[in-house]
Amino acid sequence: MSDDLTRLSAAELAGKIHSREVSAVEAAQAHLDRITAVDGDVHAFLHVGTEAALASATLVDESLDAGTAPASALAGVPLALKDVLTTTDMPTTVGSRILEGWRPPYDATVTSKLRAAGITILGKTNMDEFAMGSSTEYSAYGPTRNPWDLGRIPGGSGGGSAAALAAFEAPLAIGTDTGGSIRQPAAMTGTVGVKPTYGGVSRYGLVACASSLDQAGPCARTVLDAALLHEVIGGHDPMDSTSIDAPVPAVVEAARLGAKGDLSGVRVGVVRELTGEGYQAGVGENFDAALRELEKLGAEVVEVSAPHFQYGLAAYYLILPSEVSSNLARFDAMRYGLRIDKGASAEEVMAATREAGFGPEVKRRIILGTYALSSGYYDAYYGQAQKVRTLISRDFAAAFEQADVLVSPTAPTTAFPIGDKVDDPLAMYLNDLATIPTNLAGTAAMSVPSGVAAEDGLPTGLQIMAPALGEAVMYRVGAAYEAARDAADGSPFAARTPEVKA
Amino acid sequence: MTAPTLVDFDDVVDRYDPVLGLEVHVELSTNTKMFCGCPTAFGAEPNTQVCPTCLGLPGALPVVNRTAVESAIRIGLALNCDIAPWGRFARKNYFYPDMPKNFQTSQYDEPIAVNGHLDVTLEDGTVVRVEIERAHMEEDTGKSLHVGGATGRIHGAEYSLLDYNRAGVPLIEIVTKMIPDTGGRAPEVARAYVTALRDLIRSLGVSDVRMDQGSMRCDVNLSLSPKGSGILGTRSETKNVNSLRSVERAVRYEMSRHAGVLDAGEKVVQETRHFQEDTATTRSGRIKETSEDYRYFPEPDLVPIAPSAEWVEELRGTLPELPWERRARIQQEWNLSDAELRDLVNADALDLVAATVDAGAPSGDARSWWVSYLSQQANTRGVTLDALPITPAQLARVIELVTTGELNNKLARQVVDGVLEGEGEPDEVVAKRGLAVVSDDGALIAAVDEALAAQPDVAEKIRGGKVAAAGAIVGAVMKATKGQADAKRVRELIIERCGA
Ligand SMILES: [Zn+2]
Repeated sequence: MSDDLTRLSAAELAGKIHSREVSAVEAAQAHLDRITAVDGDVHAFLHVGTEAALASATLVDESLDAGTAPASALAGVPLALKDVLTTTDMPTTVGSRILEGWRPPYDATVTSKLRAAGITILGKTNMDEFAMGSSTEYSAYGPTRNPWDLGRIPGGSGGGSAAALAAFEAPLAIGTDTGGSIRQPAAMTGTVGVKPTYGGVSRYGLVACASSLDQAGPCARTVLDAALLHEVIGGHDPMDSTSIDAPVPAVVEAARLGAKGDLSGVRVGVVRELTGEGYQAGVGENFDAALRELEKLGAEVVEVSAPHFQYGLAAYYLILPSEVSSNLARFDAMRYGLRIDKGASAEEVMAATREAGFGPEVKRRIILGTYALSSGYYDAYYGQAQKVRTLISRDFAAAFEQADVLVSPTAPTTAFPIGDKVDDPLAMYLNDLATIPTNLAGTAAMSVPSGVAAEDGLPTGLQIMAPALGEAVMYRVGAAYEAARDAADGSPFAARTPEVKA
Repeated sequence: MTAPTLVDFDDVVDRYDPVLGLEVHVELSTNTKMFCGCPTAFGAEPNTQVCPTCLGLPGALPVVNRTAVESAIRIGLALNCDIAPWGRFARKNYFYPDMPKNFQTSQYDEPIAVNGHLDVTLEDGTVVRVEIERAHMEEDTGKSLHVGGATGRIHGAEYSLLDYNRAGVPLIEIVTKMIPDTGGRAPEVARAYVTALRDLIRSLGVSDVRMDQGSMRCDVNLSLSPKGSGILGTRSETKNVNSLRSVERAVRYEMSRHAGVLDAGEKVVQETRHFQEDTATTRSGRIKETSEDYRYFPEPDLVPIAPSAEWVEELRGTLPELPWERRARIQQEWNLSDAELRDLVNADALDLVAATVDAGAPSGDARSWWVSYLSQQANTRGVTLDALPITPAQLARVIELVTTGELNNKLARQVVDGVLEGEGEPDEVVAKRGLAVVSDDGALIAAVDEALAAQPDVAEKIRGGKVAAAGAIVGAVMKATKGQADAKRVRELIIERCGA
């Protein structure tokens, strides 16, 4: 029974809970049991909030038993929350020693929306420290392992959330995507991950990595589940000045429409600069197969060019560290978090704490950013990077004249072995080549599983990109492709995930 | 550190041209902070007016206070500035414990108001136009209290206490362009400018502008160039100048100090100095080894401020009568000469007189009370005129009692004294001190007869028609009645009794 519940999609589970076939507490307990069984190996969670989860599920059950309509389409469904969003009832560490044990006095807007929707928050998931990384190896609390192969990374920074889905520890998760931190782990774990339009989901309570790039989004095992979660967390927030004051795109309707399998009239643009060289063979093969599938669904596949995407990575690694160097200045031991009482002055305590509290990748980026913003260098680095950003936005605008969505492989390779790239930052950075342009432009994108690579049997991802607030067509294409792929495979993709083996 | 050599002020002025610059920070009296909903009231228990945003907690975000932007635009308009149609906030990055985010959110190179001016009237009526470079919005820091150690500064302190109530309170910084050609009047110009700015902002109702409470703070920039050379000298920036008088004294001191350095053939150090209230001197702050690199960049958590032309015009329509307009109107209404108006302004009595007039008193009476008797009282007590414990309404009542004949001027002063001593409202003081004018003719006639009898020679003169001689008898009667007689009536009675 328990095992069955963890294999359901969020939509299916919600149906059973709302029809009272299953209680929310049973659903929560099944997933908590699953976490107990496998998370020792996977290490998707940094904190499991058993009591809080069961208490929340109990409230949902009481309300449903009293005949009240469900608070949302996902009321009672369990969820894994990335440890970058603040929670009053669980610690928020951002994968860093510097916030070890920090219990925020306030809930992030996303957290509040999840609570209001009756979603059961199971716990907080592992991540690269301050969301900087592509493998979750930079977590101060040890890496998360990929449920497909425990010797491999689950992607990052949101490896914990993606692995929790792939290991059936939760049917839903929240990630945050600064340069691909939702989409790349989704590709690596065979799950669905969506980076909404910048400003589409509130950043209030999202511990900042890079303010102008960060965006929280839904993670799930199916496109419809992601859409359902998207509508829960999306929408304008007066606490976030950069939040868009517009209705949430009707993504659930679009996903249901797409699942019917007709994409006629939809133009799909293949970004020339994001294909060809540099991809693992199976990644390329699966991408080509996906294109054929889209054509079969009636979509018109066209080639588009985005000539400035090649500068995206360089611009990203100037803008991101610059913002990081400023955003992370507040971790100074004066008000919260770690404090190393070494030295006689406040400055010495600050320095000792930051030395002990930040990991190598965070320090690397703080130093890069501090340098890039220094007077005399600002124009050459930060200023120039902002210009590239504008050019990339123009590339997108031009491409979206010719196509409704753009596609590319999500990541250049399948999941790599733990330890493979941890000492080679540049190789690590290349993971995000295809995902970064979307963050720079503030547009939307998702990753949908596109099968497993022939050579290693590991999942690959199809990235679907849409204009700002153009999520509806993106979900439609994603759901149509997913349905066609499942039909061809004879089962949902998640069913192909191997059992976790230690 | 050796004491600086100070050059006599007149000597400085003979040989050098001072160049002034003033940076004034004004704390806005908005109900809430610049980027969050916390209250801004002064004097609350430490760390009770804070939230995730103004404490810089991880994940918290700023939202611009619309009222603060309105206030900034109104200040800009009143200073004849252009209002920028688009501008971003920037982050000024530096580490200091009283700054929760370790960066200050400030409009750096995109200020909301630029290129204005303020005409400043000096004591003798000379008008100096001070050019305004810019007015920009920023947030205040928290307050540190460094305990232990000799200097009260963070270095050497045993421990420090931090209060973040002030962190995030909206500030407007108003920066002048360089003010040249003021010569020996530089200290006076500086003070007059800050005074005029204070009055202007007060009239807008956007700040308390209390220098003593820190809601208005002034940095004085000063450099000297050899007379007539036009070569710009190195400037010092003096902070902690917390009263109008200190503004004047800080300029004066820095001029003498700079001249001392230059006369010795040395270079003035570009540095921040702190004004010492007790000695009227300045003290060197920490000398920066390198120029501080604040690594400014546009604040990514905020969207640009883009006030529409319509909104700006709407705000222009809300500007009240500005101080100079009001002065012109009052001068006309009260029929004052330029000198009379200036005396009133210089005595800082204009608002008080106007309030007294509003409470029903004739302007002439109100003026003379505030400018003479009450100014003396303020001087004696060592307080500013507006800090005297008497309200314009109370004074208006005293004046009314004089007009109706219930008090004479001498008694009125005693009533005012009583009010100042905290004895209550004017009528209560009259009752308690028994200060009503003696209007019983019977008692007065007896006193008059007694005085005439005591000075028969004077009485004889009056009877002989020399009415002017009555003054001596009036004086005697007033003395006998302890001043409580109506002098006019006494004079009438004397003449009556003498049959003159
Ligand atoms: Zn606050």
